[in-house]
Amino acid sequence: MSAVASSEALIVLAILLPFVGALLIPLFRHHPNLRETVTLVTAALLCFVVFSLLEPVLAGARPEVHVLDVAQGLTLAFKVEPLGMLFALVASTLWIVNSIYSIGYMRANKEPRQTGFYVCFAIALGSTIGIAFAKNLFTLFLCYEALTIATYPLVVHNANAEAFRAGRVYLMLLLGTSLVLFLPAIVATWVIAGTLDFTPGGILAGKAGPAVTGILLALFVFGIGKAAVMPLHFWLPAAMVAPTPVSALLHAVAVVKAGVFTLLKVVVLIFGVDTLSALGQSGWLTAVAGATIVIASVVALKQDNLKRRLAYSTVSQLSYIVLGAAILAPISVAGAAIYIAAHAVSKITLFFAAGSIYTASHLTEVSQLDGIGRRMPWTMGAFAIGALGMIGIPPTANFLGKWFILGGAMQTANWLAVSIIIVSTVLNAAYFLPIVYRAFFCAPAAHAHDYGEAPWPIVLALTMTASATILMFVWPDIPFALAKLLSDR
Amino acid sequence: MSAVRTFIEHYNYVITILLMMAGLYIVVARGNMVKKLVGLSIFQTSVYLLYIEPGKILGATAPILDPAFKVYSNPLPHVLILTAIVVGIATVALGLALVVRINEAYGTVEEDEIFERDRDA
Amino acid sequence: MSAVRSQLPILQVLVPLLGAVLVAFLRRGTSAFALTLVVSWILPFVAGAMLLQVLATGPISYALGGWAPPIGIEYRVDVLNAMVLMLVSTVGAVIMPFAYRSVAFELDDSKEAWFYSMYLLCLAGLLGVAVTGDAFNAFVFLEISSLSTYVLIAMGPDRRALLSAFQYLIMGTIGATFYVIGVGFLYVLTGSLNMVDIAARLATVGPDQGQAVLTALAFITVGLSLKLALFPLHAWLPNAYTYAPSWATAFLAATATKVAIYLLVRYYFSIFGVAIDIRSLPIGDFIVGLSIAAMLVASFVAVFETNLKRMLAYSSVAQIGYITLGIGLANQAGLTGGLVHIVNHALMKAALFLAVGAMFYRAYTVELKDLAGIGRKMPLTTAAFTIAGFGLVGTPGTAGFISKWYLAVGALDKGWWLLVFLIVGSSLIALVYVGRVLEVVWLREPSVEIAKVRDPPLSMMAPLIVLTIATIYFGFDTEWTAGVASTAAKSLLGGLR
Repeated sequence: MSAVASSEALIVLAILLPFVGALLIPLFRHHPNLRETVTLVTAALLCFVVFSLLEPVLAGARPEVHVLDVAQGLTLAFKVEPLGMLFALVASTLWIVNSIYSIGYMRANKEPRQTGFYVCFAIALGSTIGIAFAKNLFTLFLCYEALTIATYPLVVHNANAEAFRAGRVYLMLLLGTSLVLFLPAIVATWVIAGTLDFTPGGILAGKAGPAVTGILLALFVFGIGKAAVMPLHFWLPAAMVAPTPVSALLHAVAVVKAGVFTLLKVVVLIFGVDTLSALGQSGWLTAVAGATIVIASVVALKQDNLKRRLAYSTVSQLSYIVLGAAILAPISVAGAAIYIAAHAVSKITLFFAAGSIYTASHLTEVSQLDGIGRRMPWTMGAFAIGALGMIGIPPTANFLGKWFILGGAMQTANWLAVSIIIVSTVLNAAYFLPIVYRAFFCAPAAHAHDYGEAPWPIVLALTMTASATILMFVWPDIPFALAKLLSDR
Repeated sequence: MSAVRTFIEHYNYVITILLMMAGLYIVVARGNMVKKLVGLSIFQTSVYLLYIEPGKILGATAPILDPAFKVYSNPLPHVLILTAIVVGIATVALGLALVVRINEAYGTVEEDEIFERDRDA
Repeated sequence: MSAVRSQLPILQVLVPLLGAVLVAFLRRGTSAFALTLVVSWILPFVAGAMLLQVLATGPISYALGGWAPPIGIEYRVDVLNAMVLMLVSTVGAVIMPFAYRSVAFELDDSKEAWFYSMYLLCLAGLLGVAVTGDAFNAFVFLEISSLSTYVLIAMGPDRRALLSAFQYLIMGTIGATFYVIGVGFLYVLTGSLNMVDIAARLATVGPDQGQAVLTALAFITVGLSLKLALFPLHAWLPNAYTYAPSWATAFLAATATKVAIYLLVRYYFSIFGVAIDIRSLPIGDFIVGLSIAAMLVASFVAVFETNLKRMLAYSSVAQIGYITLGIGLANQAGLTGGLVHIVNHALMKAALFLAVGAMFYRAYTVELKDLAGIGRKMPLTTAAFTIAGFGLVGTPGTAGFISKWYLAVGALDKGWWLLVFLIVGSSLIALVYVGRVLEVVWLREPSVEIAKVRDPPLSMMAPLIVLTIATIYFGFDTEWTAGVASTAAKSLLGGLR
């Protein structure tokens, strides 16, 4: 009894902590050190709270909190299930690392409006945890929109014309798709199923015909703009005008992962994998995800700006997860779940490295990076590990996720998916390995000015995430256990 | 033939409708604000008729109780229309007051000239 | 106590009416304001007491002057008009403190007392329309409120206010006259002016008179549509809202059109709906069509407006479209959505117009380009504008979302998929016009003039904050908005033939 009660309290605490942090941060706006302490303490506490929920979830408990009934069909409630647990773990752990990194980055680059930056960051994290723990589509939608709005100020942080333009694209695409496609899909789900709760096995089974199911799935896939399925991916490269910590945590982890996480949840817990495969309405999703993977990779090849290349890489990699869902085999869904965690850790490493390069040398283009590995060995070493992760070869955790997705594709004899994964692996190698090669084996440009490694918090952060990429390969117990729970249901 | 007959038998309604249309037309077609108000007033007047006409019963007398009479006209429409007239007067009075103020502010009561002056300003 | 209790319906009208007369005798703005404030703050308690009574024991019937209905005038309060009374009196009470500085700032000293007197007269008229159960009495109250509204608008600081007031007077009078023509038809058909009685007698009217019933319906619908600014009869609204004094705009946007909408709902569902099979008529589809046009066209026009008040005025036309859409849908979820949007839109729009009024108070302008960067100097005001703006868009967590949710469910219940996308498409356009403002006020660099402004004093800030909090609060706790609207919708639809 008390265990149940304490889990409920923990859920509420996990969601409220970041918001409390957001309220406290402005109080210390004239004392940067105290202010950053608040962020770090909040992040650490959040991580601790989320981890203390892990044990009961692994033991089979599904703690939930009913907050309030808003209106007929609309209930604000949270429930921890394995997939959400995994997402919350990733987001809260990486927030700590990213906060360390942010402190180094924001101070070294003397960024303006730092208080607002940390406040928005905390709100965004709170919304992310809300998405992870949402019990039903309404709660998820609420937090989803809150996340978009909270990250908008971060995108336009630089307050120049380019940032405003990017902000407009960001807001219109994310809020627009969610209002125009996602919301009608939710309304339709409610009208058809009479509930919005995430339920193992789905809630639409036997209630909607093939045509309606197909339309609904399309509304969800394109309505969840954060998953960046083509052609609704424009916001992600545009959002790269934000400071690198934002690109790192939000546009490689929290925001985009919220998108694919939502999509995964909708496929598994709203439609139900069995229902979808019985109706045969997801072939096109494989194709769309596959096209996104390949096209985004090709576009990434042509990007000279490092952050934009990473952004297109993210677009491509996200669709691995969508693909994992579209294959509709339990093992590929589990693979997609693992990939959420693995890609988060390795992509944040790559962004950290990009920010580190910018902080130390103010270089932003791939073509300028000749020989940089000798001046910044830690940064580029971490970058190399992250790049290996993107390609999906051992010893990185991404390999595991990819392996399971591939396994699911083979199991269901989905040869289209198999060939997409193989082709894209080659493409990934083609756009990441040259950077590593340039950095370590090309001679630096003659006129290059002198610089060394970035400040220590930055180096510390990227070393941590690079190690995590490998450690998760060696000890994948937690993601495995959670993904297994998900596919067992 | 029967159409003409209906027309003649209901001549009072025909007048009402004519007034109604004439009033509305003046409001729409005239740019002079005073004339617009005149039109509005005619339009409202037609409604007074619309109410009062059905209240009259042929061969009936004023509704003052008297043993000599059996059939009375309906007094209620008169009362209603008395109220409506008050509303109408208030409307026209306010409208004219506004026209006076507009004339002071713009130096004209022609709508198109006013628009022109606002555009210039 | 019970003596007062039985007199509540008449007090609702009498208090502001007497207040209006008393205030007219005062010469000093401050004392006029004080008296108006007292009167405004009494009214929500009267309305609230009636709402509780109606919810507990059913409709209240009050025979005016002791003359029993249907001969005498009856004041009849059920859940629907109790909700409207509550809304109008509460909005009036909440935003009243804002008036003190705003009105003193925008009007000559000599006119202040008249302004408050006209406001109370308008309030009496609006509450009268909502409380009365008599068709002709409703006309008289409608004109009391309209005439005082024309005066309120004409008091605006710009000379174009006079012109807008005159145009509104012409349109409004045509609308009222159409309404009274329709009532005339009903009177000729039934010999009664009591709404309940008309409905009962209309049901027994012979089939050869069906044409006359439809004519009455048509006149009343068009007349009220003019008053409530249903697209394309909204032409008077943008100018009127733009040039009226800021506070008057906030009050009118929140209440005046809402009361006309109430009257339309009353006729549509409680009178015609009871007497004839209104759902077999094309009028519902007709209203849906016009509502969609309003939602899309007016929103689209709002995107290109540079004057904030005018932009919000067009947004009002669009949002009225949402409400009438619910009326046209005429099913449980849809009508609930329309009715709840009466309340939700009133709260959000009042907040938005007050925020703009506060900006005008400090920065002397409502032109978007001159307000660049004002968010950094008036953070609270701009934050309130932002939240209420997101309410207009209908983002979840605001009251606006609740309305749209019900409307969308109502549309899907009818199987109208496309309509759902039109509803959310209009939200998207709202996002464009709200987002455009937010970008300018928050992100642009403040000009020299703007750099000097700051948030307005507490008396202006407090109403704004209350309304903003209400916008969020009613996005989560909907017992008193959607709950009441749903009860009202249920009883309205339950009475349909």
